[in-house]
Parts: sequence; C-alpha cells; structure tokens
Amino acid sequence: MNWGSPAEFFAMGGYGLYVWGSFGVCALLMIAEPIMASKRRKDILRSLRRERLAETLDNQQ
Amino acid sequence: MSDNKIINWFKYASPQSFYPLAGKMIPWFWALAALFTIAGLWISFFVAPTDATQGEGYRIIFIHVPAAWMSMFLYCVMAAWAGIGLALNTRLSGMMAQAIAPTGAIMAFLSLWTGAFWGKPMWGTWWVWDARLTSELILFFLYIGFIALQAAIDDARRADKAGAILALVGAVNVPIIYWSVKWWNTLHQGASVAINKAPAMATTMLWGMLIMALAFWMYAIALVLTRVRAIILEREAHTEWVKELSEVKQ
Repeated sequence: MNWGSPAEFFAMGGYGLYVWGSFGVCALLMIAEPIMASKRRKDILRSLRRERLAETLDNQQ
Repeated sequence: MSDNKIINWFKYASPQSFYPLAGKMIPWFWALAALFTIAGLWISFFVAPTDATQGEGYRIIFIHVPAAWMSMFLYCVMAAWAGIGLALNTRLSGMMAQAIAPTGAIMAFLSLWTGAFWGKPMWGTWWVWDARLTSELILFFLYIGFIALQAAIDDARRADKAGAILALVGAVNVPIIYWSVKWWNTLHQGASVAINKAPAMATTMLWGMLIMALAFWMYAIALVLTRVRAIILEREAHTEWVKELSEVKQ
C-alpha cells in the first residue's frame, strides 16, 4: 500500500493537480460519452415511434 | 465441407442483422470494461509503486498510454471500415466509420490533455511543438475534420465516400506518430512497450498499463456498438425492418 492516509492519497506526493486533472477529465469524458450515445439512440427511437403513431392515426381516418 | 457449417460473415454486413447482434454484445463489453477499469485503477493507485524519478506524477501513464494507443488504433479501424465501404459499397461500413470517429477524437484529446498534465510537472511546459505531440494533434484534427466533413454533406452515402477518402489519406499520419520518437529528436520519451525489447518499466506498472489499455479497448467497443445502433436507426428509418422492431412498435 502506497498511502498512509486519504489526505496523502489526494495529495499524490505534490502531483495532485496533475494526476487528478488527468484522471478527472478522463472520467468526465468517458462518462459523458456513453450517456450522449444512448441518448442519440433514444431520440431516434422516440421519433420513429411518433412516425408510427402518425401513420396509424392516418390509416384510421 | 458442407456449406451450412460456414458462418456467413456477409450476413452481418447488413445493418438489419448487425443491429440485434450489436445489441446482444453491448452489455458484455460494458461488463468487461467495468471489470478491467476496477482492476486497472486498483493497480494504478494501490499496487504500482512510487516511481524513483517521477514520484507519484508518473501515474498519469495509466490513462495517457491507453488513450494514445486507442486514438491510433481506432483511426486504423475507422480507415479500414471506410476503405471497405469504398471498395465493396457495403452500407454498414460507412456507419461503423462514422460511429468510431467521435470516440477516436475523444481518445486523441485525452492523450493530448493527459500529456499536457504530465508534461507540465516533468518537462516544465504544457506543450511543445515536438514531433510526437504535433503529429498526435494532427490526428485529433483529422478526426474532427472527418466528423465535420460528414456532417456537412446531407446525402449519407456521399458523406461516407468523402469521409473515406479523408480517412484513408490521413492514415499516413498513424505510422508517423508511432515512429516520431525514433525519427526525430523529441522531448517525448521512447516507446514504453516494444516487441523487440524488454519493457522499459517495472512489472506491476506494466500490468497496470496493459489492464487499463484493455479497459479502454472494451469501453471503445461497447461505445462504438451503442453509437452504431443509433446511426443504423437514423439511416434506415424508412425501411420496413426498422418499423417492425419491437422497440419501435411499443
């Protein structure tokens, strides 16, 4: 184990800004990207469902 | 040899059969990505020892190298799909290339970003116009250019063709990045891992980096499959099979 306390862990031997600046942005992007990708699929599915509903309503008239 | 024992790979080249297949594979790749990320981060922070010269600052390597590898590897895969699309005119190829580009761009960005955050404490500068850094920046711009070019052309098949040419021409940059540290005198250190020599790092550090690389790999596969499913639906919106999908019918 490298760290005596949580404070030591976050300090990263004085490199805290650089280590957490790297890992933080990496985590942020790698969490945001899948959310955006699945939103893209949900959006197109929603519009496909709407189109389908519009078609069935048209056919009923 | 009977024909029914051969998997018909061309079957999966159609968006209609690839769409459900991708859907089945995605959860597995997410699970593997999570597994490797947990193991990789554990090694990165709790198993790998402090570096003799760079202290704790070297731990950036555990995301910097995987991101840089993925940015180059994804570009090759993207260019390959684009080339297949150009040669065989298969619909799925263009969709795959389009699905890979944003992830590749993010990997290129991350390798530059983490590189800057590593360069500042170790070299004393966020950025230098050195061969490795500059060629990686060009890779990032190639991804952005590919995405912008495709977005600018309304017709999807034409966008695929234009994008494919850009991707294939830009592929020359990948070996330039890879060998830049050998060809030019740069500030960037040489390859961490090479086939023809022992890795230039401690075993636990190497394992941490390789497991993180696997995590990035699984992440990229899961994400590209997720995105390609959205792209398939967008492009095939007016086909019968999309209208008959259970998720559309509900």
